[in-house]
Amino acid sequence: MSTLPSIAHVLLALLLAPLMPGVINRVKAWFAGRRGPPLVQGYRDLSKLLHKGAVYSKTTTWLFVAGPIIGLACILTALLIVPLGSVPSLISFQGDFLLAAYLLALMRFFTILAALDTGSSFEGMGASREAFYSALAEPALLLALAAMATQSGSLSLSPIYAAVNWHAMTSLAGPALLLVAAALLIVFLTENARIPVDDPNTHLELTMIHEVMVLDHSGPDFAMIQYAAMLKLWVLGTLLVGIVIPVRSGWWPVDLAVGIAGLMALAALVGVIESVIARLRLIRVPQFLVAASVLSILALVLVMR
Amino acid sequence: MSTSRPLIVHNGHAFPLTDCPVFPIEQFRREVIGGVTAGARLSAMFAYPHQPGAKRLLAILARADEGNMAVFSTDVDSDYPAITPDCPQTHLFERELFEQWQIRPVDHPWLKPVRVVAHEPTTTEHAANEFGVPVALPPQTEVGVAVALPPRTSGCSSAPDLFRMSGEEIHEVAVGPVHAGIIEPGHFRFQCHGETVYHLEISLGYQHRGVERAMLGGPTPRTIHYAETLAGDTTTGHAAAYCRAVEALSATRVPARAQFARGIALELERVANHIGDLGALAGDVGFLPTASYCGRIRGDVLNMTALLCGNRFGRGIIRPGGVAFDLDAGIIEQLRRQLDAVERDAHNAVELLWNTPSAMARFDGVGTVPLRICEQLGLVGVAARACGVDRDVRRDFPYGIYRFTHIPVSTWHTGDVFARAHVRWLEVQRSLAFIREQLDALPTGPVLETAGPLKPEHAAVTLIEGWRGEICHVAITGGDGRFVAYKVVDPSFHNWFGLAMALRNQEISDFPLCNKSFNLSYCGHDL
Repeated sequence: MSTLPSIAHVLLALLLAPLMPGVINRVKAWFAGRRGPPLVQGYRDLSKLLHKGAVYSKTTTWLFVAGPIIGLACILTALLIVPLGSVPSLISFQGDFLLAAYLLALMRFFTILAALDTGSSFEGMGASREAFYSALAEPALLLALAAMATQSGSLSLSPIYAAVNWHAMTSLAGPALLLVAAALLIVFLTENARIPVDDPNTHLELTMIHEVMVLDHSGPDFAMIQYAAMLKLWVLGTLLVGIVIPVRSGWWPVDLAVGIAGLMALAALVGVIESVIARLRLIRVPQFLVAASVLSILALVLVMR
Repeated sequence: MSTSRPLIVHNGHAFPLTDCPVFPIEQFRREVIGGVTAGARLSAMFAYPHQPGAKRLLAILARADEGNMAVFSTDVDSDYPAITPDCPQTHLFERELFEQWQIRPVDHPWLKPVRVVAHEPTTTEHAANEFGVPVALPPQTEVGVAVALPPRTSGCSSAPDLFRMSGEEIHEVAVGPVHAGIIEPGHFRFQCHGETVYHLEISLGYQHRGVERAMLGGPTPRTIHYAETLAGDTTTGHAAAYCRAVEALSATRVPARAQFARGIALELERVANHIGDLGALAGDVGFLPTASYCGRIRGDVLNMTALLCGNRFGRGIIRPGGVAFDLDAGIIEQLRRQLDAVERDAHNAVELLWNTPSAMARFDGVGTVPLRICEQLGLVGVAARACGVDRDVRRDFPYGIYRFTHIPVSTWHTGDVFARAHVRWLEVQRSLAFIREQLDALPTGPVLETAGPLKPEHAAVTLIEGWRGEICHVAITGGDGRFVAYKVVDPSFHNWFGLAMALRNQEISDFPLCNKSFNLSYCGHDL
């Protein structure tokens, strides 16, 4: 099978990922009665940061510099493993979904280490929250993927997602897939530090989770963090879009275009969610995440029946 | 002159200084403690130099039940037994006395400066206090005030020691004085265990400008501007308090039309700030629609104030003797139209907030101040009314327009963030109705009388319900009819400790929300 569609997906992801936060912010602005930043603001921010110098605190070590680089490397590798709908991933092998999940975990681990490296009480607090909440989000993600693997009878993401189509959605597996989609949406919001778990717009250090961990990064380092965050939206988004938009036309350009449109629609949905609900109290976030795990378990039970 | 009973005065009435009784310190303490126990609230307690080198301590107890104030004084030298252990309301006032006049309240539980003073006296014999009055230091002191203060953290010369918890799993979080948002500087020190805050200590003073000192020797053409900028968001509140003190001391009668205009300006200030706060509260929980709309509506209300006087924050409108700008028919018509629009828009934006369960889940039961604590600390304004305390200067000590038109007092009983938000919304609606009423009933006539010279050796106490709460100004004139003492107590001075208490056993991530629900002034506290 030709790898052309996969290469096209990876290239388009690298190119279009900064559009996703742009869409989110435009939708939020529309709800708030504002015009909002241009869609291409993400690209401008990256370019601005790349032209700046970086400031390093004297208390930091090589870990602080390594954090953003390893984070970006992890998410780039993960991008090679995830399929977009029927467009297969560039690298595919049995059990690759585990690698994808743990690449995300590795990225987080180094972000946390870099945050702790600064010795700031804010960053320590953020790191502790991130570690706690991701520990709760991880089972939800793995169980959701396990349910999909069981349903398709494969342990590789590309065949798993290729098996999701209109037929599967309308069959007995349909409800299970919808439960998986709901669980993945919660994971998507949590991992990408969106409302109701985190507020990407706040300036209040005491309430932040993800943002507070990267407060000390600047310039190109921060650009890497930002770009990695955009790609993370894309990577986790593909897992969700692949289920809820089961378009499998058989001609890859159409599938790819539909998939990308789906990702932008997902960004718009995130904008709507952020506009209509408030953030959860931090103490309630674990319950929200446990709910995602419960949905995944239900899905698993349904497909194993 | 010595009588055995406190002098009873009314809000904004001048009285000869000689009428103010001078008690022995024991009786002074008894009167403060007894008065507060009987339900009065300490509005102000401060020292002033009544003769060169002699310091006199003056206390003002606001007695809401009687609608008047009890004023009494005592002469103090270098120390006296602290009142705080018996009456927590005096806590900050006593620390202020110690800071400004080196009068030591003996056995004060937490004696340290109220405002971080940048320049400390270093001479061994004499130190001038911030009012320029030489102060003889206690004999045991060797290097000035610094020695008398609690030991300071090394390497952090301007920050005094803060309360500390110890333990393996306790961690300390320091926030400020430089903040991420565009807010005033203040230092917050949290003692936490995990996400739970056990204690919050608030350390202010970064905005100290010496306004009270600058007021001395007044009134000069400049004095009104000092009053207007005491706290930038309470321009008309502080200006009104100052002007009423001058009017009382000069026996100036403010024309009726000016009283109406002042009422409108004061209530517009309240509406603008309350709507802004409701929006900011929504923003802090990440609820965007209300945050965005309220920000815009606040601007609309500020523009209404600009219609009155050309300044969005009400600078220049209130002047001794009345108001500096008259309202013509066109302005009144425009105000009426904008009132309708503001009321409609605010209603939509704020109802949306109340009807969003996810936002209400953040407000309910967060940052609760128990009623008992509220009474002990003597909280004022929105913070007190949100605890269910029926306390409002406009009703308890009516002044100006509020003597003729009553405005219902808005209270709520839960004492949490929701209560403070809800009281704000009730007040917005009542203030809007009040403004409309005044526009309809505006009498004709002049708006400004000339204020004459001030009576010598007199004093006046004025209370105003600013949008945050009770503003207290005390003006004392000397033999030449100039201010020899001018005391300002912003509502924030009473309420900052309330915020610290509200944070006990709360999640540290809820601090910004609690802080916003109080929305206290840093510069109003620091003066």
